[in-house]
Amino acid sequence: MTVATPPTRVAAAAKRPAARRPNRMRAWATRAPLLPALIFMILVTQLPFVATLVISFFDWNALYPDDRHFAGFANYSEVLSTPELRKSVGTTVLLTVTVVLVSLVLGMALALLLDRKFRGRAAVRTMLIAPFLLVPVAAALLWKHVLFNPEYGLFNGVLRWIGGDGAVQPDWISEMPLMAVEASLIWQWTPFMTLILLAGLQSRDSQLIEAARMDGANDWQMFVHITLPHMRRYIELSVLLGSIYIVQNFDAVYTITSGGLGTANLPYTIYQTFYQAHENGLASAAGVIVVIGSLILATFALRVVSSLFRAEVSR
Amino acid sequence: MTAVTTTAPRRPMLRGRFQGAALGMTAWLAGLLFVLPLLWMVLTSFHSESDAATNPPSIAASLTLDSYRGFFGVDGGASPWPALINSMTASVASTLLTLVLALPAAYALSIRPVKKWTDVMFFFLSTKMLPLVAGLLPIYLFAKNTGLLDNVWALVILYTAMNLPIAVWMMQSFLSEVPAAIIEAAQIDGAKLPTILWRVVAPIALPGIAATALICFIFSWNELLFARVLTGVVAETAPVFLTSFITSQGLFLAKVCAASLVISLPVLAAGFAAQDKLVQGLSLGAVK
Repeated sequence: MTVATPPTRVAAAAKRPAARRPNRMRAWATRAPLLPALIFMILVTQLPFVATLVISFFDWNALYPDDRHFAGFANYSEVLSTPELRKSVGTTVLLTVTVVLVSLVLGMALALLLDRKFRGRAAVRTMLIAPFLLVPVAAALLWKHVLFNPEYGLFNGVLRWIGGDGAVQPDWISEMPLMAVEASLIWQWTPFMTLILLAGLQSRDSQLIEAARMDGANDWQMFVHITLPHMRRYIELSVLLGSIYIVQNFDAVYTITSGGLGTANLPYTIYQTFYQAHENGLASAAGVIVVIGSLILATFALRVVSSLFRAEVSR
Repeated sequence: MTAVTTTAPRRPMLRGRFQGAALGMTAWLAGLLFVLPLLWMVLTSFHSESDAATNPPSIAASLTLDSYRGFFGVDGGASPWPALINSMTASVASTLLTLVLALPAAYALSIRPVKKWTDVMFFFLSTKMLPLVAGLLPIYLFAKNTGLLDNVWALVILYTAMNLPIAVWMMQSFLSEVPAAIIEAAQIDGAKLPTILWRVVAPIALPGIAATALICFIFSWNELLFARVLTGVVAETAPVFLTSFITSQGLFLAKVCAASLVISLPVLAAGFAAQDKLVQGLSLGAVK
């Protein structure tokens, strides 16, 4: 990839005072194509966050609009002290960590398998991507009704096939609600991890691998000393991006358990707090907490993306 | 970046070849395991409701189109067409708007870059990392006060904001592959920016633009949270329709499968078409 390095040219031109005015106009002409997108993004994504921040300091229930007043940090202390809201913070963390880690390990194994040449490799790759291309709501419905259904779901059907009439027939969703949600998400997100990690594996230096093999390194040594160090950035990237997407997950929780049985994560709780309980101030405070959590994730994510990006640019 | 298959020529040992075959088999098994729920869904959608609800499952039951007929409201249920049309409108319109905004922006970030263009790139990216749910309430209140509630165009604007960072990042990397000499030549000939974008840049970057469009389309089509909160009867989208689809008690398994498949069909088609660029879109352009 080649990218021009323009700042030097512009900077050099700006030093000549006589040419300053036309240069300024030229600078604006350069900026002009960028402005519509930039202004649009600021209006639609930044303003609402500012509004959320402001609302989070008010005691405001939409059912009693006249009773709106400044409340300071009261909403925050309520969010952090209400058991359900506090639990949803823990649920979000547990859900995200479990889904990301399991998907990462499975994704790595699958990527390593797919990196080898074998008959029908393209077909297997296509089969692996398929779960990711199902509409998330459809995937959640599939797991809830078609696979997990205690009476005629596929899982219990297979158990009866194997175990006959005496086979155990668990009611998956009520017995292990969080795991049920996690399973459906892992099924959808493992392909995502696989694709990113596979791209990483395929960007390894083939000469280095060749040389290591000549020197008699075995598969395990090559994995530990060549593949893993090279893959570090790709692993970080897939973990961070996966976390960012899964922290925000709403569809699976909403569809499979409707937030019941201790599966309500923060996005679902925020949705419920304002959409059903009409507690605007409380919902906004919870929203701000999610933003703070995401900012921490995002700082790391941006660093990884930027290191990959700069590596690409300098190539 | 070229995709190089890194499997070095194997030592011609019997053990190595056996191992290779075993790993190939494992890959096939894993692939089948992942696609199995989907295949089961396809099969179930063609079964009658009573055949779909047996335990153990009846694989060889006779096939029927009943659940597809039922889904499309032939026997009097709610028709899915308004929801499908809303989803199509929201996805296509927001994809077009995204491209119209992203193409010039990407131009100003690659071909004739502004000062500190990497900072601008990372501003776009950072907006993608903030959870949308945190802005949900002000957006809802704004839509309510301006009459945009239950209006598909509110979704168009939000989906554009949701996809614009991805589009800018993807297009930036595609446009930086357009040779600078061609653009300079066009400028010497006196072409203005819109002409350059439309006549010179767009044709070269067309495959990249198409991939970007497909990915924006997929994300818009899939979105549930905003559609759920901001739409009602009129502007309901397909995922919302799908969540409210199971209301009646009784057997609905085959119908759920049929409905889910029909609604996923555009995404499956777009996704397989953009397979090679999918990684790039999902990783926000960081991986090629």
